Amino acid sequence: MCLAIPARVVEFAADDQAVVDLGGVRKQVSLALVDGVELGDYVIVHVGYALSRLDPEEAEATLALFREAGELLQPAGGEGAA
Amino acid sequence: MKYVDEFRDGEVARGLAAAIRAEADPTRRYAFMEFCGGHTHAISRYGVTDLLPANVRMIHGPGCPVCVLPIGRIDLAIQLALERGVTVLTYGDCLRVPASNGLSMLKAKARGADIRMVYSAADALALAQREPAREVVFFAIGFETTTPPTALVLQQARALGLANFSVMCNHVLTPSAIQTILESPEVRQLGTVPLDGFIGPAHVSTIIGSRPYEFFAEEYRKPVVIAGFEPLDVMQAIRMLIRQVNESRAEVENEFTRAVSREGNLKAQALVSEVFELRRAFEWRGLGQVPYSALRIRAPFAAWDAEAKYGLDYRSVPDHKACECGAILRGVKRPTDCKLFGTVCTPENPMGSCMVSSEGACAAHYNYGRFRDHAAA
Repeated sequence: MCLAIPARVVEFAADDQAVVDLGGVRKQVSLALVDGVELGDYVIVHVGYALSRLDPEEAEATLALFREAGELLQPAGGEGAA
Repeated sequence: MKYVDEFRDGEVARGLAAAIRAEADPTRRYAFMEFCGGHTHAISRYGVTDLLPANVRMIHGPGCPVCVLPIGRIDLAIQLALERGVTVLTYGDCLRVPASNGLSMLKAKARGADIRMVYSAADALALAQREPAREVVFFAIGFETTTPPTALVLQQARALGLANFSVMCNHVLTPSAIQTILESPEVRQLGTVPLDGFIGPAHVSTIIGSRPYEFFAEEYRKPVVIAGFEPLDVMQAIRMLIRQVNESRAEVENEFTRAVSREGNLKAQALVSEVFELRRAFEWRGLGQVPYSALRIRAPFAAWDAEAKYGLDYRSVPDHKACECGAILRGVKRPTDCKLFGTVCTPENPMGSCMVSSEGACAAHYNYGRFRDHAAA
């Protein structure tokens, strides 16, 4: 029910619809619940509707946090080791 | 795939696991509830449990819409299809949930009921438009994530004056369920469910935002971390919860900032409040009658409300006596505590709702976790 993955908007269609691309698979979804989506944006799609836009900068910041977790535990001596 | 693969990176997971081990205080125990079935699924599927230290325990919550739907609601849909000749459309997960008299929607279909699976609410509306002679009922289930699409099709049905379309609304609310768990005797008095914090839902929160959880953090002194559905998201959220506990903080933190804001999706919220209002009470499997925990269709849309249109009379039906779904949904028992688990009850032949959806605690454990229950010879 709730599992969904981010999909890239590749084409706009009539009636608030858009075509999204998921690793080469294309599907028509509704953009009626979100505003300001542009071509190339990633959206989270659920039961055929985009629920929110995905913020690429926030995604990068989260990934950086993940990486930092592992780096903190590297043995000292490496470059920039804590 | 972008925004998926990098959140499933095994190397990074090892780093996060090491960070969790380093930050968890070995002299204390941590118990966190992942409210949402999406997180339950991720924890089982990616073996997150194996990466956690022994003193960090995850408890499955009731956030699986198919699991908490009571039998009596499914019975009503089956009656509509079998006795009234109505075409019932619903999301695929609902079809296999056991109902009364040994039936399920799928078995009722085998007896001639016209029950079909749809991918989205729009597909249900489209069928009603294409076939005006057919009475179509969309059996709508789900938490705040699936509610806005249902609101949209109700608005469209009214705008089109589509007389052969209606919705049986079973939409439920996440905050009410969290509050019920926090107020339950097992958590409050008995202490049988230790609870140090929650992982907050991912996609529900894209709609409602992080603000509704602030009440739980303040009122019950429980930390909440909203997390995405990928395994690294879940691990980072566990790490953030451990930190909050260690520092005696109880705040709402957001790990899923790439999709969730404090306010949520205001457009979707406005739409939902225009079409739906609170029900005084609604029955949840495992939690019983929960006050103000579900939505019903507002009066201006009554012509498209299947319950009003067909005069449906809800009757509560007890679960199968041997099925432990109710206790599992409350976090009181684990799937392996149920004597039906993996023998009589399997994903191919589910006896209870938690074995039906891939997000259900029993199905997740059956598919990904049960191999850990037995030490290798």
